[in-house]
Amino acid sequence: MLQLLLRRLLLVVPGFLGVTALTFFLIRLAPGDPILLLAGERGVSAERYAELQHQFGFDQPLLIQFTDYLWQVLNGNLGTSVVTQTPVLEEFGKLFPATLELAVIAMIFATIIGIPAGVLAAVKRNTVIDHSITAVSLVGYSMPIFWWALLLILLFSVNLGWMPVAGRINFIYDIDRVTGFMLIDTLLAGDKDAFFDALHHLVLPAIVLATIPLAVITRMTRSSMLEVLKQDYIRTARAKGLSEFSVIFKHALRNALIPVITVIGLQTSILLTGAILTEIIFSWPGIGKWILEAVYRRDYPVVQGGVLLIAGLVILVNTTVDLLYVVINPVLRRR
Amino acid sequence: MRLKAYSITAIFLIFITGNLQLAAASTLVYCSEGSPETFNPQLSASGTTFDASSRQIYNRLVEFKLGTTEIVPGLALRWDISEDGLEYTFYLRQKVRFHSTKYFTPSRYFNADDVLYSFNRQRKTSEPWYKVSGGVYKYFNDMGFNRLIRDVIKLDDYRIKIVLNKPDSPFLSNMAMDFASILSKEYADSLMKAGTPEQLDIKPVGTGPFMFVKYEKDAFIRYQAHPGYWRGREALDKLVFAITVDPSVRYARLRTGECQVMAYPLPTDIKSMKKNPAIKVAEQPGLNTAYWAFNVRKPPFDQARVRQAMNYAINRQAILDVIYQGTGEIADSVIPPTIWSWKAPDNVYVYNPDRAKKLLAEAGLAGGFEMDIWAMPVQRPYNPNARKMAELIQQDLSKIGIKANIVTYEWGTYLKKSRDGEHQTILLGWTGDNGDPDNFFSPLLSCAAAETGNNRSFWCNRKFDDLISLARIEQDQGKRKKLYRLAEVIFKQEAPWVTIAHSVRFLPYLKNVQGLKMDPFGGIYFSGVRLSK
Repeated sequence: MLQLLLRRLLLVVPGFLGVTALTFFLIRLAPGDPILLLAGERGVSAERYAELQHQFGFDQPLLIQFTDYLWQVLNGNLGTSVVTQTPVLEEFGKLFPATLELAVIAMIFATIIGIPAGVLAAVKRNTVIDHSITAVSLVGYSMPIFWWALLLILLFSVNLGWMPVAGRINFIYDIDRVTGFMLIDTLLAGDKDAFFDALHHLVLPAIVLATIPLAVITRMTRSSMLEVLKQDYIRTARAKGLSEFSVIFKHALRNALIPVITVIGLQTSILLTGAILTEIIFSWPGIGKWILEAVYRRDYPVVQGGVLLIAGLVILVNTTVDLLYVVINPVLRRR
Repeated sequence: MRLKAYSITAIFLIFITGNLQLAAASTLVYCSEGSPETFNPQLSASGTTFDASSRQIYNRLVEFKLGTTEIVPGLALRWDISEDGLEYTFYLRQKVRFHSTKYFTPSRYFNADDVLYSFNRQRKTSEPWYKVSGGVYKYFNDMGFNRLIRDVIKLDDYRIKIVLNKPDSPFLSNMAMDFASILSKEYADSLMKAGTPEQLDIKPVGTGPFMFVKYEKDAFIRYQAHPGYWRGREALDKLVFAITVDPSVRYARLRTGECQVMAYPLPTDIKSMKKNPAIKVAEQPGLNTAYWAFNVRKPPFDQARVRQAMNYAINRQAILDVIYQGTGEIADSVIPPTIWSWKAPDNVYVYNPDRAKKLLAEAGLAGGFEMDIWAMPVQRPYNPNARKMAELIQQDLSKIGIKANIVTYEWGTYLKKSRDGEHQTILLGWTGDNGDPDNFFSPLLSCAAAETGNNRSFWCNRKFDDLISLARIEQDQGKRKKLYRLAEVIFKQEAPWVTIAHSVRFLPYLKNVQGLKMDPFGGIYFSGVRLSK
């Protein structure tokens, strides 16, 4: 186990270096210049342009800029945003809890519904239930997120008035930021109403964000279960006279979960990085929108630092999944 | 089991009936379009930043009367201008309180030291404050204040003199702009002493109607009324900016009452907003002009006749109907009608393809020619869809035998290449900063601007240039008006642009919001706003 962990950690180093170099050079290859974009129609004089280039260090040869940046990163400094003049790490730290909170709730939702739905579809194979679950998950998978979110807002918020349209909490609650996780902060503030309100605000964005992972998990669980249910040991378990519940959940599901966990890991990485549309529509102050805006404005330090931090998270999630694999699968554990 | 079912039902009920009605009566929630870059208006050029900072938190020595471009006293009670137009003496208001917040308690009233500090931070490179938070004072430099101001002198605690290098009529208008906001020197000193000067730009202290309380990036900004505001305490107790990037979602939040005022509605939503009995939609022509400029350094646009032909060839009404969808008006002048010197021009170009053909024939181009139209890759306040606009122009041109190719680049590249004069014709526009006509004429059409490339037509007409230069130093508004009108006659004749449209700005809000005035500069002020029951 420890050996595996060390092996994985060793692989992280070239991964990080690759991501740093790729982001650094790719964003500079893209047409556009942060200073010109900041200046807009008003423009900027040649002297002022040179002055600003020097101030941000963009006047140095690219390779020197890169080595300087690498050195900074190794010293734990990801640079300062060209637009807001705030350290990248500080901005990330402020925005990431919102993304993580939403991703975790969405993933819990997708897993709690997706696994039982997949199991049910597999057990009731080729029945109306199976077809319905498959059809719904296919629709969910192919649903354009933007349209789906606006549809839910129009129905549940604007027409029925059951759900808030956007934001993390109603503005009547002024909750002090302690952890950045609204659910935890409202509990720490001892405000039960605020906690329920924050939970209430999570419902629609979590449903929207969970839609695709839910469909993927359902389909993966179904196919994995079908595979497992064909195995000899399942027939043996049934022959032994075990209850169907025990056969399905104790013997079949545990084995079927291995590919499902891989999918959950991959989907979690996607949720952490790809919640841009959900964050924009629900005015959710997360990192997706932050990086997107930085790309538009060619805010090099934010793009570089943000991508590096996200890459770190993806690597972390995937390493955790690999380790979970070992915990679940005794065969791997013995290796 | 039954108890469990009841609990689940109860939680569900809390969920669906949950407190959807917002904030108490004296709290106004404004659905804004984005996060501010900073809370110090000296450091930014973005309207979103000004809305969140200077327009709620700060005051300036002189200000624009709310809803107009008229200059009124702000922190200066009055001012004198020397005969030669080089010295401005401001007499400061007394007993003006700075905000007392959780992070700063002022021990004195506003005085000349604060004015001195606010200007010197932006102009004196040797000041320790100059480099704080990046030291990029965009507007101060862009408006030429770094070259224009010779000195800022404190005469006594309540008198300050600003000495200019040359007379400059728009100076007072520029002094009402956001970058000229007055910050607290006492607060600045305390932060410098504590070794955290950059906090000044993150946690602001001003003299304005609202005090900063809290900000979470991409989520919200909270303010509360300044109890000691020198114009009198605001009726609103609290003000919240709910940062909502998507315009459809802003509208949904307005409809559900999650916010009472919303920024920048989609043109396509205006009709439905107007039909909604709970919503009022205020509208005002924007302080902007969209234009199509011809590079006079490139043939055949070096001939005035060809440029005039373009003016006759374009059906601007069709552009207005298709692109602006009722949210704009035809521009017949360089300046929009909200600027004091505007007057409907006597001679305007009316769509007339036959006349255009005739002019082309006179220019020796009866057989037509091939040309490029550069179209912006982005949506701007003055032009909602440049690409589509270029397509309409392309169609109009094909009717007079011209084959037009549409060219576009990434926004920064587009601006740079066109400043370098690589284009043949270009779609662009301008949004005014200070309500002064010079703010359109000089940066866009002067010979100096042709040198820097900001004048995208590179048209330099000495007579025109002399007129606008004279108008810039003339103090008498009546005389300035006449000079600008003469300049416009030359502009029309020479036709370096087709002036296309001035967009109309909309501001939707709920009917219980009273006293909200539209700002011609496109900003938003909540001073004087109250909520009725």
